[in-house]
Amino acid sequence: MSLLPFCEWLAATPGSIALHESVYMYPLVESTHVLTLCVFLGVAVMFDLRLLGVTFTTVPMTQLKRRLGRWMTAGFLVMVVSGAMLFYAVPVRSYQSIWFRMKAVALVLAGLNAFVFHRTIDRRIAEWDADPVPPHAARLAGARSLVLWTAIVVFGRMIAYNWFDCDKQPQPRIVNALAGCVVPAEGLP
Amino acid sequence: MLLPYFQWVSDTRVSQAISQSSWAFAVIESVHLLALAVIGGAVLMLDLRLLGLGLREQPIARVARDAFPWFVGSLIVMLVTGFGLFMSEAIKCYYSTPFWVKMTSLLLAMTFAFTVRRKVALAGEGHVRPIWRKAVAVVSLVLWFGVGASGRWIGFTA
Repeated sequence: MSLLPFCEWLAATPGSIALHESVYMYPLVESTHVLTLCVFLGVAVMFDLRLLGVTFTTVPMTQLKRRLGRWMTAGFLVMVVSGAMLFYAVPVRSYQSIWFRMKAVALVLAGLNAFVFHRTIDRRIAEWDADPVPPHAARLAGARSLVLWTAIVVFGRMIAYNWFDCDKQPQPRIVNALAGCVVPAEGLP
Repeated sequence: MLLPYFQWVSDTRVSQAISQSSWAFAVIESVHLLALAVIGGAVLMLDLRLLGLGLREQPIARVARDAFPWFVGSLIVMLVTGFGLFMSEAIKCYYSTPFWVKMTSLLLAMTFAFTVRRKVALAGEGHVRPIWRKAVAVVSLVLWFGVGASGRWIGFTA
């Protein structure tokens, strides 16, 4: 199933065109997306580093969550809304961007990692809440989170570059396949 | 006045290499962004605490000490990668208003962080009135926001 027709439809809506062509609105949304990184990912990184047992080791995990969880959630909401707006402004190119697709996969994996963490070791948090260095499974979740969010930031930044864009042909076959580029078969008129 | 220096920077081999490479700028910028997240977290941890939010159960000096290595570490990465980005387009930066706004706020933010803010944070709860602690946090947040916002804007101006 291809979402390309939907993205093409989205790109033709007045709101998408207005945002795409705006002089200040698009840069403002993008700046919001980038700077909210400090709030959302900044706090998330501190959580992960605490899970690894390398900082704020005297602060119980539940205290960190109670006092900073809402900041992370608020930051995440801004990231999602501003990110959706950035996609809304440039739907087709984003959909066919290999970086965008890799970012989407990494986002799903990060979500999955958080989900598994909450369903497993986080359930028994009472046993290790105040431990300066949390148990192996918690450290692993923190490390996975750091790796995935690093990938998400890098992939996200790379969306801006057009090295692998569908309209830049020829590309290696694997790139076209992963980006979902619609390329005329070679040798055909 | 500084133009000859900027010209010299942009004539260096490293500068030429970064600006001619198709991916060097992107890679350096990605590292710059990753450090941005860390420095954002480190600054927020202490400023929220100074505002009476965040880790309220913890002594301020404790939060300051825990956040400090991450603040300094990410700041160093920011400065090194930032200088790399600057090198690749030194002449453009010379004529960019956002660049000069950023450099000014960066100098102010760093000076403030290592003097007033650090002193207030390490002084302990009894020595500084809460209203002053809050003022310090607000000044810090405004200055760092200025650095980030004007920094992002360098990329939007041709």
